[in-house]
Amino acid sequence: MRTLEQTTREVLDLAAKHFQLPAGSLEPADDFFKKLGIDSLQTLEMLSRIENHFGIELPDYEVQGVSDFKTLAERIQSRL
Amino acid sequence: MKSFSGKTLRWEWRESVIELTLDHEPANEIGTAMLAELEKFAAASTTLTPETSVCIIASARKSVFSAGADLRELYRGAAPLPEKERLAGIRSFLERIHAVLNAIDAAPFVTIAAVHGVCFGGGLELALACDLIIADKMARFAFPELRLGLIPGFGGLPRLKRDLGNAFVRDLLFTGRTVNATRAQAVGLVAQLAGEGEVLRIARTTAAQITKFDAVTRAAAKKFIKPVPHEELRREIDLFCELFARPAVMAALKKFVEDSGPMPYLP
Repeated sequence: MRTLEQTTREVLDLAAKHFQLPAGSLEPADDFFKKLGIDSLQTLEMLSRIENHFGIELPDYEVQGVSDFKTLAERIQSRL
Repeated sequence: MKSFSGKTLRWEWRESVIELTLDHEPANEIGTAMLAELEKFAAASTTLTPETSVCIIASARKSVFSAGADLRELYRGAAPLPEKERLAGIRSFLERIHAVLNAIDAAPFVTIAAVHGVCFGGGLELALACDLIIADKMARFAFPELRLGLIPGFGGLPRLKRDLGNAFVRDLLFTGRTVNATRAQAVGLVAQLAGEGEVLRIARTTAAQITKFDAVTRAAAKKFIKPVPHEELRREIDLFCELFARPAVMAALKKFVEDSGPMPYLP
């Protein structure tokens, strides 16, 4: 079972890789909408990426209103 | 007409396979322009039936198969009209799109939806009219219509119920959530999963396999196992129009059209 810290790190790595950013350039408290400037299609791509990586389903309404990686990781953790 | 290139889509017939490619900015929304060209395609595919084994429906747009009905066009067209005209217009549109999707559903050749990215609402209803859905593992499916106070109107509910049963229909409909391709395959919506960027290649190899079989047997088998649920489809149009008459629907459409947030498909 992953710890929340591990989950958070994996989410940051996934996002950095998906958006072709240098490893380590994202922080848990970052607002990903502001930092990455992503639109609705990119949001869905990232959701698919997360679900495929962790082997979970994360309903959209559970991440609605979430904008930082730390809270996102907490929502993922509750589904692991 | 063996090939066509229009404003919203194009098709090409080659060695008994038709490839229909949706290509309408920004997200292959199905509005009046795409409907007119889909009608053209339905007529052409009837003519091509004797020499066609498979039709593949795919998208040229990045990250999207189809986001569904063109709600911006719907709102802008409906808002200034008196209620009676508004309802007559929506019914006419639904009758026309149903005719197209019924033709695709019952076509004597095999139809494959090659889906990548977003496949929502009317886009999912188009895919559901096909015999097989092959999906990129990054594809997502949803029926978000309840956010607008509506039900899917292009035949999605009767077809999804026919193919999968009622439980998954309720999950999609009542939550409005998007489901990924893995889940969609697990419930039987998706026939085959493709790696990222590989969906069209896999649809083509599947089509090549299908062309090996006898056309008469294939058509007879399809007619036997995939009846078009005409009665439920008629009732769906009536229910959609009944719901569309409520003022709350126009208010919800206005809110959606004006929403520029990252998840505008959620209420």
